[in-house]
Amino acid sequence: MTNQKESNAIIEIEDLDFYYNQTKALKNVSLDINKNEVFAFIGPSGCGKTTLLRVLNRMNDLIPKTRVVGKVQIEGHDIYDPNVDVVQLRKSVGTVFQKPNPFPISIFDNVAYGPKAHGIKNKKELMEIVEESLRQAALWDEVKDRLNDSATGLSGGQQQRLCIARVMAVKPEIILMDEPTSALDPIATLKVEELINELKQNYTVVIVTHNMEQAARVSDKTALFLNGSIIETNETNQLFTNPKEQETEDYITGKFG
Amino acid sequence: MVEVKPNHLIKVKRNQVFAFTMLSLAAALTVLILLAIVIYVMSQGLSVISMEFLLDSPKSMGAEGGIYPAIVGTIYLVGLVILIAAPIGVGTAIYLNEYMPDGRFKSVLRFATELLAAIPSIVHGMFGFLFFVIALGDYTGGWSILSGALTGVVMILPIIIRASEEALRSVSNNLKEGSLALGTTRWYTIKKIVLPLAIPGITTSIILAIGRVIGETAAFLLTLGGSLLLATTVFDGARTLALHLYLVAMETGNTEMAFGTGAVLIVLILIINLAATGLFKLLVRRFSA
Repeated sequence: MTNQKESNAIIEIEDLDFYYNQTKALKNVSLDINKNEVFAFIGPSGCGKTTLLRVLNRMNDLIPKTRVVGKVQIEGHDIYDPNVDVVQLRKSVGTVFQKPNPFPISIFDNVAYGPKAHGIKNKKELMEIVEESLRQAALWDEVKDRLNDSATGLSGGQQQRLCIARVMAVKPEIILMDEPTSALDPIATLKVEELINELKQNYTVVIVTHNMEQAARVSDKTALFLNGSIIETNETNQLFTNPKEQETEDYITGKFG
Repeated sequence: MVEVKPNHLIKVKRNQVFAFTMLSLAAALTVLILLAIVIYVMSQGLSVISMEFLLDSPKSMGAEGGIYPAIVGTIYLVGLVILIAAPIGVGTAIYLNEYMPDGRFKSVLRFATELLAAIPSIVHGMFGFLFFVIALGDYTGGWSILSGALTGVVMILPIIIRASEEALRSVSNNLKEGSLALGTTRWYTIKKIVLPLAIPGITTSIILAIGRVIGETAAFLLTLGGSLLLATTVFDGARTLALHLYLVAMETGNTEMAFGTGAVLIVLILIINLAATGLFKLLVRRFSA
């Protein structure tokens, strides 16, 4: 391996192109994301940020006629190697989706879903995982008395935190978040943002957001996407206060997007 | 503001009243026809219905006696058809919807299913006669419950496949992705998320199929053998209630006995439909907890 640079990058993307059918959705993307860092992807709709997020745990495999060219390494392993077990990959790279998608089962069963799928049967052990995950997602106090109630009865913000707890229950290394607060009200958004700040102690978080203030509030580093390419990557406060590229400045000052 | 001519408003309102009157009449007519048939059949048939009618064997080709063997034949046939068709149909629907990539082969398969559904039942009966009764006669017992059931399976598979696919398709992609993103396999996701949510629709499709088998005559006329004797194995000939009704009316001309059978048939179908609705509601509640 040609790992010359001594970095603590957990995700290394090199010269990545991505195609839907014949359409090139990502062009020549290269990016390193460090461990325990919150990394934000910003940019206008259709610029490829969600596509790149879905490349990272191969959720795009589910969409027919998509193609990846280039190299994506997570913890030093090429995740598009034919021998890679996609199920294992997704276990260590979890996703929180744009729209909260709790399963229509109980709160407890939602959180226990992943661990059960991975073979944990012991009730006591499951209970411990559920409690720990719900505490980490700052939801425990709100739901501890109604773990057997249906998850669909929770408010939107609670549902999203439940989905975060559900991801944490399988103990991933990396958590991908695809506009996790776009369906939430401002108070619920604030709670999720506070949670993201907590998360980076134990996880690497990659977050796609439309909201530049949100990127500024939660992330350490930010990449700006335009038309499938990364225009600029930098420390978040640098990127917002002292952009190097004209296009970045135009975007963050609201000239387009 | 756009100027509206006063006449125009009156005209629009009049059109609306006319349209809704016609629509409500059409709806009322449907209910009336149903009621008329049910009441007529019941009034003609109810007089012959008794415990003996339900539990005795027919005499003189069904002109006298009861309909017990036809009731047993119906239950055997329906049971066997569903036992074979449900796993194949639901399995096909899962494969089509969850595993098979979109493409020409899938379109061809879907189109074939549509065509199979459109084939008249007497043609199914003819096929069943030539294939299951004659060609495979050594294995099916010729005219038998098994031959009839296999013919019925061919006939109702499209119903189960299409309705099950519909039910599977209605499960939101967000939930499937949510499950897969936790590092579960496709099969685990199908088992734990997709099937539980689709079960009510699948159940309904199976019950619809049962209704179709109970009401069918033509396909079984040529395959079931129409035996009046009580069937004991699937290799015996038999007759269903619908077939019995047809044969009694055609062969003996005893319309009273035929209507009695018809009344039992209608009650049976009514029970099945009510059960289906009840079961559907129960399953929806159970799985959407």
